[in-house]
Amino acid sequence: MIAPLKDITPAERARSTSFNEASARTRLELLLDAGSFVEFIGPEQREVSPHLKIFDLPEQFDDGIVVGRGNLDGSPVFVAAQEGRFMGGAFGEVHGAKLTGLLRAARQIGSIPVLILFDTGGVRLQEANAGELAIAEIMRAVMEARSAGVKVIGLIGGRSGCYGGGGLIAGCCSALAVSEPGRIAVSGPEVIETNRGVEEFDSRDRALVWRTMGGKHRRLLGAADVFADDNVQDFREAARELLRLVGPFSLDRLRAEQERLAQRLRRFGACEDAVDIWTEEGIPDAETVPELPADQFVALANRIGRTSRDAR
Amino acid sequence: MTLDDILTSLFPDGHEVSNDKGIIAGSATPRSGGRMIVIGVADRTALGVDEAIRLSDHVLGSIGRDSGPILVLVDSDSQRMSKRDELLGLNEFLAHLAKVLIHADVNGRPTIGLLYGHSAAGALLATGLATRVLVGLPGADPAVMDLPSMAKVTKLSMEALQEKAKSTPVFAPGLSNLAQMGAIHMTWSNAASLADQLEALLADMPAAQDRRDALGKERGGRLKAAEIAERVRGLALQAR
Amino acid sequence: MEDLSFRHPVRSRADGARRSAIIGVVASGNLEVLVERVLPDAECAIEIRTVAVGFGDVWSAVIGDFVERYSPGGLKFSINDGGARPDTVSLRLAQAVRLIAENGQ
Repeated sequence: MIAPLKDITPAERARSTSFNEASARTRLELLLDAGSFVEFIGPEQREVSPHLKIFDLPEQFDDGIVVGRGNLDGSPVFVAAQEGRFMGGAFGEVHGAKLTGLLRAARQIGSIPVLILFDTGGVRLQEANAGELAIAEIMRAVMEARSAGVKVIGLIGGRSGCYGGGGLIAGCCSALAVSEPGRIAVSGPEVIETNRGVEEFDSRDRALVWRTMGGKHRRLLGAADVFADDNVQDFREAARELLRLVGPFSLDRLRAEQERLAQRLRRFGACEDAVDIWTEEGIPDAETVPELPADQFVALANRIGRTSRDAR
Repeated sequence: MTLDDILTSLFPDGHEVSNDKGIIAGSATPRSGGRMIVIGVADRTALGVDEAIRLSDHVLGSIGRDSGPILVLVDSDSQRMSKRDELLGLNEFLAHLAKVLIHADVNGRPTIGLLYGHSAAGALLATGLATRVLVGLPGADPAVMDLPSMAKVTKLSMEALQEKAKSTPVFAPGLSNLAQMGAIHMTWSNAASLADQLEALLADMPAAQDRRDALGKERGGRLKAAEIAERVRGLALQAR
Repeated sequence: MEDLSFRHPVRSRADGARRSAIIGVVASGNLEVLVERVLPDAECAIEIRTVAVGFGDVWSAVIGDFVERYSPGGLKFSINDGGARPDTVSLRLAQAVRLIAENGQ
């Protein structure tokens, strides 16, 4: 028997809800203080993609992204959540413009942070030019917001991962939290296989996909700062922690990032597999990393201690 | 036009720009004087981690040391699609290059992209689309998504896609489509001196503000983006 | 794509005070239902855009049952359908009625 909902606190509900499986709206509802979310251009406005009908494809009333504001521990935050099940969470014209507008407002205000809940395969094929350009505009808007003092935090744990241009936007954020199922990459497994052959990358080898692009590898590399367990409460706590830790953006961070990435190439550039990188990193029994439960993995990642903090 | 032709026409007084395995780096003196650094990707080279880090290094090395605009020449493949590049975090390397260019641009080092050949996907985002003004040269053939790949995913024939592409610039490859969307600010002429056209642009650089969505609306390619972004911005400011 | 539209007289007004609610997602075998309290109390309307062409009779039956069971007076349902099965449609419609009956805006 499931206990009646009214007896469960929001935190308990958030703890028992898989971030990966939840919808974009549920993620936001449980991530933010209860009842605090206000949407901008909600589904009742029916601002759908003007391009999908060319391909006789169904539209979604919010074009696959929910943007608005809410509170986190009583403090205002702007939020954007992609719905990874609608067209793979891909960026189209309307979808992208909602996030661009949100970031431009954040830049103007300067003090309200932005949380982006990525769940995307990248550019929406049917409106590829508009989607690509939307991503370019978002990247610029993220950097302009950060330059104005805004913290932009990416949360990555959705079914569609964070691929293509989504991976580049994530790379522009002040900090990232990622869960094990949250994959971050530019080219998806199928794209690599199609272009380079199955010998280069076997997209059906799920273990290979997870250890090359998945949350654990990204956390160990220092590409993501916090590893979250796959529930909404853990992401809420990760967002809080990152909002506390992130400092202001400056040129020094880009210089530090240059060094951080150059060092990664020197250190791991010859490695052929994630297990080689983890072994090179000094992790004993590196091949067991994918099986580690979250708490043990977090302890390991903290011991390795690579983060992108102050260097992105 | 070849890269050498382009460099000669842009900088008739000479330049110190080299092409090392498809990675362009160096500097040159525009006719009006001063110094501009030049980076880019040539020979339809794929942009991977090793290439991106050299480009960002060249720009970062110049920030604080030099002044003047930054020129980004683009004839690339897409991002390098390989296990190694993704293993090492290609998204961070490409984002880093874009961030360095954007940072330079908003801090007094105006960036100009010159798309003279191919480019696609992540490579275009990290180079030309991360500049303030992206100029196209006739003959450039950017393709966010190539039609054969689209045909495969959409299960439509190439003929059907080409037919649809006549009515909208939103998905099909090509310089004019990207220009209509607002991505390409202007297309230069091959027949006239590139140095003259560069001087005209430098003398009349648009402000650093990103107006590509407004441009896309003016040109009829993206009718909704600017309006949606503006509405969300307004609502977010009100909600403060 | 096919557009379908149904209007039904209903016995009573749907519960709650919320103006609108949304449930579901447009994906293969799934659908989204946007429900809005915009009609007179004794009416209900359902507008459907579906990828599955030629299933008007099935929709008619599912919606007839739904209206009979829930009496969603005053509500307009707008559906984007990615080819959901009838039981999924019934479930989403029921969820939509429940959501708009909750407290909130």
